Amino acid sequence: MRPFDYVRATDAAGASNAAQAANAAFIAGGTNLLDLMKLEVMAPEKLVDISRMGLDQVEEQGRDLRIGATVTNSDLAADLRVRARWPVLSRALLAGASGQLRNKATTGGNLLQRTRCPYFYDTDTPCNKRQPGEGCSALGGETRNHAILGTSAECIALHPSDMAVALRALDARVEVRVPDGAVTEHELGDFHRQPGDRPDRETVLNQGDLITSVLLPAPAGDRQVYRKVRDRASYAFALVSVAAVLRVEEGRIAHAAIGFGGLGTVPWRDPSVDELLTGERPTTALFDKAADLLLQGAETHGGDDFKPPLARRVLRAVLEEATA
Amino acid sequence: MQTTLSINGTEHRLDLDTRVTLLDALRDHLGLCGSKKGCDHGQCGACTVLVGGRRINACLTLAVMHDGDEITTVEGLAEGADGGLSPLQRAFITHDGFQCGYCTPGQLCSATGMLGELAEGWPSHASADLDGNYELSQEELSERMSGNICRCSCYPGINAAIRDAAGAEGRK
Amino acid sequence: MSLDLKLDGRSEDRFGTMAQGLLGTPADRPEGVLKVTGAATYAAENLPENCAFGMLVRAPGQGKVTAVNADEVRAMPGVLAVIRDERMIRNAAQGTANEAPVQGVDHAEYVGQPVAVVVAESFEQARHAAQSLKITTEGSPGPVDPDAVEPEGEPTRTGDLDSAMKDAVHALDLTYTTPSHSSTPMEPHAAIAEWDGDRVSVRASLQMLKYNRNELADCLGISAENVRIQSPFVGGGFGSKLGITAEAVSAAIAARELGRPVRVVQHRRQAFETVTRRSETTQRIRLAADAEGRLSGLGHEALVSNLPGETFAEPVTQASAFAYAGAHRVIGERLARLHRPAAGSVRAPGEAVGVTAFECAMDELAVKTGLDPVELRRRNIPDKDPSSGKPFSSHMLAAALDDGAGRFGWSDRAPEPRSRREGEWWIGSGMAAAFRVNIMMEAEARIDLTPDGAVVETDMTDLGTGTYAILTQIAGEALGLPAESVTVRLGDTDFPPGSGSGGSWGSATTGNAVWLAALDLRRQIAARLDCDEAELTLRDGQATCGNVTRALAEVLGGDDLRGHGHITAGDAFEDVVQSTFGAHFAEVAVSDVTGEVRVRRMLGSFAAGRILNEKTARSQCHGGMTWGIGMALTEELTHDRRDGHMVNRDLAEYHVAVNADVPPLEVHFLEELDPWSGPMQSKGLGELGICGAGAAVLNAVYHACGVRIRDMPATPDKVLAGLE
Repeated sequence: MRPFDYVRATDAAGASNAAQAANAAFIAGGTNLLDLMKLEVMAPEKLVDISRMGLDQVEEQGRDLRIGATVTNSDLAADLRVRARWPVLSRALLAGASGQLRNKATTGGNLLQRTRCPYFYDTDTPCNKRQPGEGCSALGGETRNHAILGTSAECIALHPSDMAVALRALDARVEVRVPDGAVTEHELGDFHRQPGDRPDRETVLNQGDLITSVLLPAPAGDRQVYRKVRDRASYAFALVSVAAVLRVEEGRIAHAAIGFGGLGTVPWRDPSVDELLTGERPTTALFDKAADLLLQGAETHGGDDFKPPLARRVLRAVLEEATA
Repeated sequence: MQTTLSINGTEHRLDLDTRVTLLDALRDHLGLCGSKKGCDHGQCGACTVLVGGRRINACLTLAVMHDGDEITTVEGLAEGADGGLSPLQRAFITHDGFQCGYCTPGQLCSATGMLGELAEGWPSHASADLDGNYELSQEELSERMSGNICRCSCYPGINAAIRDAAGAEGRK
Repeated sequence: MSLDLKLDGRSEDRFGTMAQGLLGTPADRPEGVLKVTGAATYAAENLPENCAFGMLVRAPGQGKVTAVNADEVRAMPGVLAVIRDERMIRNAAQGTANEAPVQGVDHAEYVGQPVAVVVAESFEQARHAAQSLKITTEGSPGPVDPDAVEPEGEPTRTGDLDSAMKDAVHALDLTYTTPSHSSTPMEPHAAIAEWDGDRVSVRASLQMLKYNRNELADCLGISAENVRIQSPFVGGGFGSKLGITAEAVSAAIAARELGRPVRVVQHRRQAFETVTRRSETTQRIRLAADAEGRLSGLGHEALVSNLPGETFAEPVTQASAFAYAGAHRVIGERLARLHRPAAGSVRAPGEAVGVTAFECAMDELAVKTGLDPVELRRRNIPDKDPSSGKPFSSHMLAAALDDGAGRFGWSDRAPEPRSRREGEWWIGSGMAAAFRVNIMMEAEARIDLTPDGAVVETDMTDLGTGTYAILTQIAGEALGLPAESVTVRLGDTDFPPGSGSGGSWGSATTGNAVWLAALDLRRQIAARLDCDEAELTLRDGQATCGNVTRALAEVLGGDDLRGHGHITAGDAFEDVVQSTFGAHFAEVAVSDVTGEVRVRRMLGSFAAGRILNEKTARSQCHGGMTWGIGMALTEELTHDRRDGHMVNRDLAEYHVAVNADVPPLEVHFLEELDPWSGPMQSKGLGELGICGAGAAVLNAVYHACGVRIRDMPATPDKVLAGLE
């Protein structure tokens, strides 16, 4: 871990100012950042602590919910409003990490969680995400848990979040304060960037941009399911996960929003899948068609060849459960 | 950097490299070696301590971020001025909830925090519904304690001990 | 003075006549209070004044090693030294090596080899400096793929298995594979070294101190008398701390160079690479059986790997030599010399993976013959060792099978796969036999008896195995003292050399040495009472001989007595075959949607001679069974196909079982005394629980959903492929 300066911010303006320096980073829960800093995968020269700025509130705004950026995963999962109206979010959060980690990990931090690609973690192997242009060691290497959607010739690293998968299905928006004080909002679907030729650029954020909250619109569907498949019963990252938010009216799917984990370089959602399902009667044939659509562009790499069939099965089971 | 940590009711003033984790501050700077370093990356739970009553991985947080926080470590779990063992500590001995003992402080702190979470009605991945009434079934208990790896694999003893102690405190 | 015993035949059971009633009880661990209060100190924890901190640096490739920027790193804040010393070791020593392993830092023979240690004033400075040291390697790398090299060794052939296979009514020729495994004890490998003149003291986390002392001395080029190692508490070992490890050697070298104490702790990622892994295995198993399922022949051939220069080859077929009858046999290992990290002992070397694969094959034979799997095994129990013709010291397999099957409710099982379903889950059950050779080593122990009680001392270690508890019970039982009056001091080479912990031999071997030390004392006490030792009854601090009872303190009459015991294995381990036996039963659920497997319950019946402490014995079996679950379902150390490095070298991605993976585990012990195993009549138990456990799980997976997994572990992707 490189030496760094540490400053504790008391408000957003102060945080933004402090983070203007090149190679400064915000820290809140720190569960992912410190993990990576210890290995010098990340090496900020300055940490701006935003954990005591009052961004830890969950507030109702009409029928919507505003989730402060430093609300912990535990608090969010246990929030009675979330449990009642956005249960898929509680479920996704509870499927992730451990009780201890959820007590520290934050909402904003989770959105910025970085890949678990073992070559990204190994500073002795080339990685385009750590150092663009260096090469990708995963390609041609061990690829059991890599992305099969949204990949590029430069990077096949998987986005590991559970929370963000549910948030995508819930049409969440991300509120960002930019250094000049302006506040912008991003659809979560526009927030993460696919790797392309710059796998190091993972979001739309620029230096000093601060996530202040996540906005959760009133749920468009009351049938919410999160299902995660992993290698052990707990405390493991997803091989495949599916978050479904559905509304069924008169035997037809009136609203469908499906998020996918374990598949994409970003928390995945495919509008064509949602469109296909919307307005239709739930049948196994329909679900399989949805899977076809989802997976038509999938590229596997050997170790992850199992993902398309697994995703197909999990999607089918989740849709069956959500439309039952 | 100057930091004050309140550990097991005692204030400690420290001048620390910003890189020092809460875990290393405890172990290497304060000689409180009960909290263990198993992986240093939040992947095993041996370092679990309570901050403000909540269980966290002390290895994945910086000491300087905890200025003024109330921290409880395994050394602070024993009850009473005479340092008598807590019901949970006693139950771990009775049920052989450890072998090598290295994960044990983390298990104890984690179980203490976990029972608090249960009392507050927090759901878990194992919960059939999210309505907030949870019992310490095998499924709930083992899921909630899965952030603490025991390579000796004393999970049966650990779970029996936690159930025993939770019962003694009126929780089922 | 010492009481020496070489075990050449049967031993008399003396504990049956002792009066204290301590041995065999489920006594709490005497060190328990220290462990639950955080007061037990492990290797990295007693920081001496002025201690410096070292971090190892790994080679990123194979070949000639260069540290490109060592001078720059030396100039970094707080840095005291960048040490690349030819005495540093390539990898941990093999268990009982008793000499230095391969040394040197100029050439890396595997990716991840330690090639430098950077020492600084603080841990944070040392870590950053170590990360800043740029290491390059050049040269053509050696092979890393087991299938790409011509292996060494040939199996042992008895009779004509090929003909037996042709003539058999039922013949199976199957291949199973297991990946590399890692011990990953919770305490990472750590050492603090401090010199006083020419003498070095090392607080370390090691399993076998009398060997480790010689190994460290040999590494440093000094006399063993000048080395002291202390490991009073060891945070798990499972084979990974058998031989001297890289951090201990480099800490000693650095402390000498700097003239101050140095601590080196391996980062978890380093510990995966520098201590020995369990080799991956490819196991060809052939079974030739008649119509009744009786084996006429069997083959068990295994391909394993290790680095050049290492003597260890995973003894995969160790139990297959004696497990089942069958005249025609091909049994043995081939060793591929690879440049993957070194392989060595991991809990139950050999049987852990060998029995597991073989018991999967036996299940396949049961299906093929239409026999119940329990009955198939019962039919093939040999009446003497089929390889050597020697008798067994005892044979408890049939008893374990019956006991386990009865308790598990095996007879309720429908034999057909896919017989039971609950929602999306297929439910099935499976079983396997357990075998593990019983090994006796050499050990010494001493007991000082004073009016305050007894103090037992040996350099034996307690890895969580229960040594403190068991030696307390043995000494207390033999000397008629309650547990509170017995103090056991372990893990210090200043004490008499015990057996060390490994191979399940610890409690039986060192326990017998403690018994002999106690017997030595009993004789001294009897002499003071002018009676025959055999007539002496010691209980609750009272000595009774005939109709005379006197307080032990009074018998001592102000003297402190010392007893010393020394045990060695003799012909008792040559003339008969000694093994422990057991039977595993498991019930699993398999998701028809995802291929995920959940173990719902598991039961083991085990026979290992006298059970010295039922509580700690049970915990050992829980551990073994859980490792079986891990081996069957989750544990896989992945090597990069290009350079052999360990890809998933952390606890997030190397999946050992977590609490939620483990269902309630039921353990039963069969009553047994094995006179061939020594005066305690007790055999090693620490590893039996893992042997075959994974097979019970995998056989249950097959019974649940009809999918046979021969490539372990049975992760969802593999089960799914079978379900598709």
